Amino acid sequence: MKAETLPQASPAAPAAHHGHPHESAHLHVSGEATYVDDIRELAGTVHAALGLSTQAHARITALGLDAVRAMPGVIAVFTAADIPGSNDCGPIIHDDPILADGLVQYVGQPIFAVVAESHELARCAARRAEVAYEPLPAVLDPLQAKQQHSFVLPPMQLVRGDPAACLAAAPHRLAGRWQVGGQEQFYLEGQISYAVPREDGCIHLWCSTQHPTEMQQVVGHALGLAANQVVVEMRRMGGGFGGKESQSALFACVAALAASRLRRPVKLRPDRDDDMMITGKRHDFHYDYDVGFDDDGRILAARIEMTARAGFSADLSGPVATRAICHFDNAYYLSDVDIRALCARTNTQSNTAFRGFGGPQGAIAIEYIIDSIARELGRDPLDVRKLNFYGGEGRDLTPYGQRVEDNVIHELVAELEAGSAYRERRRGIAAFNAASPVLKKGLALTPLKFGISFNVAHYNQAGALVHVYTDGSVLVNHGGTEMGQGLNTKVCQVVANELGIPLAQVRATAADTSKVANTSATAASTGADLNGKAAEDAARRIRLRLAEFAAGTYGGGSIGADAVRFTNGQVEIGETVQPFAELVIRAYEARVQLWSEGFYATPRLSWDLSTLTGRPFYYFAYGAAVSEVLVDTLTGEWRLLRADLLHDAGNSINPAIDIGQVEGAFIQGMGWLTMEELWWNKDGRLMTHAPSTYKIPAAHDCPAEFHTRLFRNHSHEDTILRSKAVGEPPLLLPFSVLLAIRDAIAAAGDGRTNPPLRAPATPEAILDAVEAVRAACGEGSRP
Amino acid sequence: MGADAIRFLLNGEPVEVSGIATTTSLLSWLRIHRGLTGTKEGCGEGDCGACTVVVGELAGEGEEPSGEPSDELRLYSLNACIQFVPALDGKAVFTVEYLRRQAGGSLHPVQQAMVDCHGSQCGFCTPGFVMSLWDLYNDCVPAGTRPDTARIRSQLAGNLCRCTGYRPIIEAGERMFELPERVLDREALRAGLLALRRSGGFDYAHDGCHFHAPRTLAGLVELRSRKPQATLLAGCTDIGLWVNKQFRDVGDLIHVGRVEELRQIGEQHGFLRIGAAVPLSDAYAALCRRYPELGELWERFASLPVRNAGTLGGNIANGSPIGDSAPALIVLGARVVLHGMHGRRTLPLEAFYLDYMKKDLAADEIVEAVEVPLRAPTLRLRSWKLSKRFDSDISAVCAAFALQLEDGIVRAPRIAFGGMAATSRRALRTEAALEGRRWDEAALAAALQALDQDYAPLGDLRASAGYRRRAAANLLRRFHLETRAEAPLDAQQTRVFAAFDSFAAQSQPLPSPEAAR
Repeated sequence: MKAETLPQASPAAPAAHHGHPHESAHLHVSGEATYVDDIRELAGTVHAALGLSTQAHARITALGLDAVRAMPGVIAVFTAADIPGSNDCGPIIHDDPILADGLVQYVGQPIFAVVAESHELARCAARRAEVAYEPLPAVLDPLQAKQQHSFVLPPMQLVRGDPAACLAAAPHRLAGRWQVGGQEQFYLEGQISYAVPREDGCIHLWCSTQHPTEMQQVVGHALGLAANQVVVEMRRMGGGFGGKESQSALFACVAALAASRLRRPVKLRPDRDDDMMITGKRHDFHYDYDVGFDDDGRILAARIEMTARAGFSADLSGPVATRAICHFDNAYYLSDVDIRALCARTNTQSNTAFRGFGGPQGAIAIEYIIDSIARELGRDPLDVRKLNFYGGEGRDLTPYGQRVEDNVIHELVAELEAGSAYRERRRGIAAFNAASPVLKKGLALTPLKFGISFNVAHYNQAGALVHVYTDGSVLVNHGGTEMGQGLNTKVCQVVANELGIPLAQVRATAADTSKVANTSATAASTGADLNGKAAEDAARRIRLRLAEFAAGTYGGGSIGADAVRFTNGQVEIGETVQPFAELVIRAYEARVQLWSEGFYATPRLSWDLSTLTGRPFYYFAYGAAVSEVLVDTLTGEWRLLRADLLHDAGNSINPAIDIGQVEGAFIQGMGWLTMEELWWNKDGRLMTHAPSTYKIPAAHDCPAEFHTRLFRNHSHEDTILRSKAVGEPPLLLPFSVLLAIRDAIAAAGDGRTNPPLRAPATPEAILDAVEAVRAACGEGSRP
Repeated sequence: MGADAIRFLLNGEPVEVSGIATTTSLLSWLRIHRGLTGTKEGCGEGDCGACTVVVGELAGEGEEPSGEPSDELRLYSLNACIQFVPALDGKAVFTVEYLRRQAGGSLHPVQQAMVDCHGSQCGFCTPGFVMSLWDLYNDCVPAGTRPDTARIRSQLAGNLCRCTGYRPIIEAGERMFELPERVLDREALRAGLLALRRSGGFDYAHDGCHFHAPRTLAGLVELRSRKPQATLLAGCTDIGLWVNKQFRDVGDLIHVGRVEELRQIGEQHGFLRIGAAVPLSDAYAALCRRYPELGELWERFASLPVRNAGTLGGNIANGSPIGDSAPALIVLGARVVLHGMHGRRTLPLEAFYLDYMKKDLAADEIVEAVEVPLRAPTLRLRSWKLSKRFDSDISAVCAAFALQLEDGIVRAPRIAFGGMAATSRRALRTEAALEGRRWDEAALAAALQALDQDYAPLGDLRASAGYRRRAAANLLRRFHLETRAEAPLDAQQTRVFAAFDSFAAQSQPLPSPEAAR
């Protein structure tokens, strides 16, 4: 089960391109890592809880809060009327009330906040409200919303070529409907905000968020404060996965509101059930597709309409849908396409960012389609995939007009195909299935190509602040947030590398809006790309000043600043060698500035929102996975027997952390596609709102044979140390799991019948597909 | 009735606690009252493991019935979020903060292995994993054993990690044994626990609410008859949720966990008798030694910390329609021993369940024990559950099949399902269709037809009614495939999880009923 390049970096190893442990690993394992709820509470701290709507869509006719107020220990109750600024915490479109004002739009929507002496008291009191509702018609199904033309945003469409004519002329056509479920982020640390009033109306906010600047802004808007009156601090999150990009805002605003009104520190930590009832998830997608292809399986034209469940408000659904459109191609050249995306308004939680951000939902559609084409033609799906890859004459332009300049998918897949013994195992599985009446094995290899950058160009900027102290120790602050992905570790590695000092000498501090301003969300996999570059810039400015000083002081007039070398904690000025700390103190005495800001803006980006074309991505990351599964055709139970992952992280800054990202994304994505099922009852109440009912993968779901390697590559673009972003792309690797299950189900029939397997492929979904295949192929295949 | 202070060892040091509510969770107390924030809250319902702690106690259960408390030291993992502090009286609690202290300030081998294997990312679940691994470490190192991967996975099945995908954590569970050893001073711990031992029961009170923990069965029955409104508390794996999630006022609590008579397992009069306060871990170990066919069910029954806290008696007395023990116990012909002020009565388990969450249990009665008949040589037995996840999930369907196969003829078939009706219930029509028949395709077909009449399941978040119906039938098919006279299939051909049975099998099944004590 080894990751084959599990690197053990000693502290003395060079800072960059080595598998140093996470900068907080020793704190994680000892329980000393401080999360927001672990901060020692200031005297007088009180606790808030939210009162939630029990109706999916209704007018509030009476809000009875007397019983809430009357409960012993309750200090205050706040409603929308108490918000001095704007009652909105939406990130782009302003349609997200902090507290519902007369109208509730989903079960779980916060209506009021109660503040009490303890966390338990507040939670208990919040349930005592007597709310009278006048029910309104609720739309709970995205396809129903589509039928009613009820959308949170205008429909989007990207057309290239003449898909209608090409479809009509294609020798083969395949059309169908399909669906992929949503996914709860299930960060282990729930949402939390702790707000402390400071002098002159200011607020200091500790918030578990991927987007401190946006929290600063929404709190400012809600309270009528200027940005310079709000400080947001974020040392680390216990996971974010997109769920704390925009949707930490409601909790930040309520905590800040209560703190500001009561002039007391207020903590708001919804318990797990409330968190899952309130916050949005990954969008479930429904597809209508129509493809034309030739006898070999080469796609000639494709038309797809994707309907995403946006929920009651826009939140980030627009950019999610855009990314889905820009990833429908995945690794394939599609000459003539018509890609549409609809953001359906439903009376459910407002869906939001989740690792991959629509990319997985876009790309999985084409993988499902290609899998279907291959079975239709009786070909190995891998051969059909290869036939459609980007590459070759005139086959490198994406539907949105960006040229694929860094394509490695052919080499990468070839390496994985050989390394995983794909063809031999394919034959072995066929033999197994022929002799096995109940259990069937399946195998699938799926590739990925994922665009790196925010689709909106101006988010692609970052700042950093590096301090070199006179003892030679270094502190780095940057605009990114640490949610477990190892961003701080990588940024420290970059700074240590730039200054030629041991990694142990560099420490990263909490993200803090008073240190680096106007930061972008730590999202879209760009954390290390943007903040690493900014930190490198800051460190480089200091290095250049030190080099100039060193050349002047020790170079005897013969050595230029550019010949000064910083390495292994030493500074070499020709024959003279000075310890870094020694040089630093001399430079300080000579009044050289030993701290610096740094800045980075990703080059070469452009995007036209009206035509959905441009160059939205700085570069692409690639990867591929082979999964082998065993499926029980009687119950739909299944097990992942083996997975082989090969992923392109460029010239990895930290191979250990990157392998962790790849494996973690694989298992998380496997959960999305197989066991994590969101289930609302007929009244629109989410019934899977805790780990007792919503099942994310656990220890036995990790395959016994699990081989993960990084592809030898370096970024084609001038990325940070020629590495590539790795947060989201590998979430596409477990497509291979879903399609291996489908392959196994097909083996229950004649092998040529496409199983109608929806995702998540729960045992029930699998059994449904088995029975559909058997029904199509005749009962003879029953064990 | 005097009110005692709660006394236990916290990270090796004795503490005395009073002035907190009877239902204060160990997790809140650690975090809020003691500032020990290494133990995390991820869900508050025992399903994520972020609050895992290790508890030690001197315990006398095991297979040997003994009147006297034993000095045997037992360490096991628990979810701190669903343990009431008074229930810890007399025990030792270890939190993640203890490990560095044990290692003289540096990292304990468990922690070092996690760092070396890159086993943490966001770090929030990490202390829980570390404590689960520490529990395993303490189990194996003194015994000189090394767990295999299956054991490590089972140990970790109650800890959720959303970042790593588990591979590096499982590897840390292997690597920790390769580092220089740090052995827990068990003698000191035993001495500390002996010093806390009370001769009689324990009574705690706060704000008018009582927590009674009688020491004897007679004391328990007397208390129960005097306080029929009080809530009986065993492992707290369900009542913890009533408090954490539903804000229910549970009133006075009567804790059965200290009653020696209820903590014993033994064979008598052709039955395996399992005391009502025996933890699920021990109960299932005893059951699986006699009925190894229940291995997969055991592996999938909740998580280790929940099995360590919860009791078989509580699982049965709770009467949930999806209690995964009930179908297997029903088909084995288990009976439940009830004890009230007028003495004992014994009921077949299936007669105990009247309707949804309703039981044949008088206000003054407690469940004293479950008695499971010992194995007959002709028995064919299987019990399986179906759920979305292998580990620690609530079943959509839980099935149990038992029959005596005599010369290829079915005798005394007993079939029961959970998840198919308001309670776990026998499939009487199906049983009738099988009785006396040759165990062949025709019998199966007749049984399948009857099964369709036996239940009218509902659909919910776990599965649709249609799936429950079809899967139940298919489990009956599977049972037939594995037990039919002609060319039976072995588990490797019928079950995808057969490979996970290895841990359950480690408990060394008894070779035959005769060889059992």
